[in-house]
Amino acid sequence: MSWITDTLGSSIGKKLLMSLTGLFLILFLVIHLIGNLSIFSGDGGLAFNSYAVFMTSFPLIKAVSYLLYFSILLHAFYAFMLWILNRKARPVRYAVEHANQNSSWASRSMTLLGSLIFIFLIMHLKDFWWQFKFGGGYEFEIDANGNRDLYKLVILQFQYTYVVIAYLIGLTALAFHLWHGFQSAFQTLGLNHDRYTPAIRFLGILYAVVVPLGFASMPVYIYFFMK
Amino acid sequence: MEKERTYTLKIWRQPNANMKGAFKTYKVEDISPGTSFLEMLDILNDQLSENGEDPVHFDHDCREGICGMCSLFINGRPHGPDEEITVCQLHMRVFKDGAKITIEPWRANAFPVIKDLVVDRSAFDRIVQAGGFISVNTGAAVDANAIPIQKVNAELAMDAAACIGCGACVAVCKNASAMLFTAAKVSQLALLPQGDIERKERAMKMVAQMDAEGFGACTNTGACSAECPKGIDLSVIARMNREYFTAKVTT
Ligand code: HEM
Ligand code: FES
Repeated sequence: MSWITDTLGSSIGKKLLMSLTGLFLILFLVIHLIGNLSIFSGDGGLAFNSYAVFMTSFPLIKAVSYLLYFSILLHAFYAFMLWILNRKARPVRYAVEHANQNSSWASRSMTLLGSLIFIFLIMHLKDFWWQFKFGGGYEFEIDANGNRDLYKLVILQFQYTYVVIAYLIGLTALAFHLWHGFQSAFQTLGLNHDRYTPAIRFLGILYAVVVPLGFASMPVYIYFFMK
Repeated sequence: MEKERTYTLKIWRQPNANMKGAFKTYKVEDISPGTSFLEMLDILNDQLSENGEDPVHFDHDCREGICGMCSLFINGRPHGPDEEITVCQLHMRVFKDGAKITIEPWRANAFPVIKDLVVDRSAFDRIVQAGGFISVNTGAAVDANAIPIQKVNAELAMDAAACIGCGACVAVCKNASAMLFTAAKVSQLALLPQGDIERKERAMKMVAQMDAEGFGACTNTGACSAECPKGIDLSVIARMNREYFTAKVTT
C-alpha cells in the first residue's frame, strides 16, 4: 500500500493520474459527441432517444460510466491538490512577469479553464443526466418507440439564450484546456519523441478545435433553426 | 563609439532572510552599450559604496556563462531579455537609453532569499546528492574510449549535461517546479552505461528529494525550457517520468 501511495502521491504520480483520467475523458468525449450528433438525424429524436436508453442501461456502458464519474472527480481533485501545492511553491510573486514570452496562455490557465469546465459540467449534468436518470422534476413525454423523449428536453433547453451562452463558454474553456492538455498528457506519461510528438501535437490541436465545435453545433443549430 | 546611456533600476533589497524586503530605485549614468549587465551593477555598487550605502548583493562567479551562479530576474524574465544566455553574458546594448529595469531575485519557496538578490539554491545540491552521481572507486581516470557509447546517446547525454544548475527553470515556472533541472541530471546519467547501475534508485530518490524540497509540480507549460540559458529540451522531463515510472514498477 505504501508503495502505491508513495508513487501516486509524488508530484509525478499525481500528474500521472491527471494524465490518465484526462485521456479517458478525451476518449469519452469522442463517443459522447458521435452519439449526440444523432440529434441531427432528422427523425424527430427517435435515434437520439434510443441511444440515450442504450447509454444508461447497457451493463458494460453503465460500468464504464461509473469509471467516468470517478475520473472526473479524481481529475478535479488532483487538479485542486496540485494547484494548492504549486501556489505554496511560490509564496512571494514577481513584481514584473513576461510569461507570454515563454509559454502559452492556455498552458498557464489550466486550473481556471478546468474550473470553468467543472461548473459547466454541473450545469450540464443537472439539465439532462439528472432529469433522465433521477427524475429531476421534468415530466418526460414518450416517443413513437416507447422511449422517454430526452430529445424534446434538449430542444427545449436550447431555446434559452443563457443556456446556449453557458454552453459556448464551457466549450470554449474545453477547447483551450485541451489545446494544451492533449499533448501535455502524453508528455506527462513520458511519451515525447521526435518521431511521434509532432503528430501528437497536431492531433491535439485538431481535437481541441473539432470536438468543441462539434458539441457547440448542437445548441447553436437548435437555438436558431429548431423550434 | 556609441552614445552612453542612463538607466533607472528598480532593485529588490532585503537585509537578510528574516527581514522584509522592498524595491528601491536607483539611477546609473554613462553606461556604454558594451558594458555587461553585471558590470553595470558593479558601477552602481561603486556609487553606493562611495555614498556609504550597502552595495546590492548578487551572485556571480565565472562571468562567462559556465558556473551557473548569476541569477537575476530582469524585467520579468530570468537572465533577462536575450535568448540562451546567462545574466553575465547579457549586455546593456539590449536596453534602450532611459529604460527602466526591474531586478528581482529568483522567487521560490525552495530558494529562500539570503540577501537582496542572492538566494539559497542548496536545494539543488541536495537533489543531486540524493542520486545525481555514479558510485565508482576513484583512482586513475579510465580511458574515455574504453566504454563504447552510442553516438545518439552520447549527444543526448551531453545536451542534458549542459545544465549549469542556475535555477532559471524554477524561477520562471509558474509552479516553481524543479522538473527541468532534476530531469536534466537524471537524463544525463540514465543515457550512459556508467549511470545504468544506479539508474532506478536514482530516479526515485531524486524525485523524492525534489518533492521534499517544496518545489511545485510540472504542468508542461514549457517556460523552463524556453528560458533555459543552455536550451535544455522539455523531452528530458518526459525521460525522467519514464525513468520514474519504470523504476517504480520494477523495483
Ligand atoms: C471533460 C473534461 C476534461 C478533460 C477532457 C480534461 C483533460 C485534461 C488533460 C488531457 C490534461 C493533461 C494532463 C497532463 O498534463 O498530464 C488535463 C490537465 C488538467 N486539467 Fe483537465 N480535463 C477536463 C476537466 C477538468 C476539470 C473539471 C478540471 C478542474 C476542476 C481540470 C483541471 C485540470 C488541470 C489543473 C490540469 C493540469 C494541467 C497540466 O498539468 O497540464 N480539468 N486535463
Ligand atoms: S557568473 Fe557564472 S554563469 Fe554567470
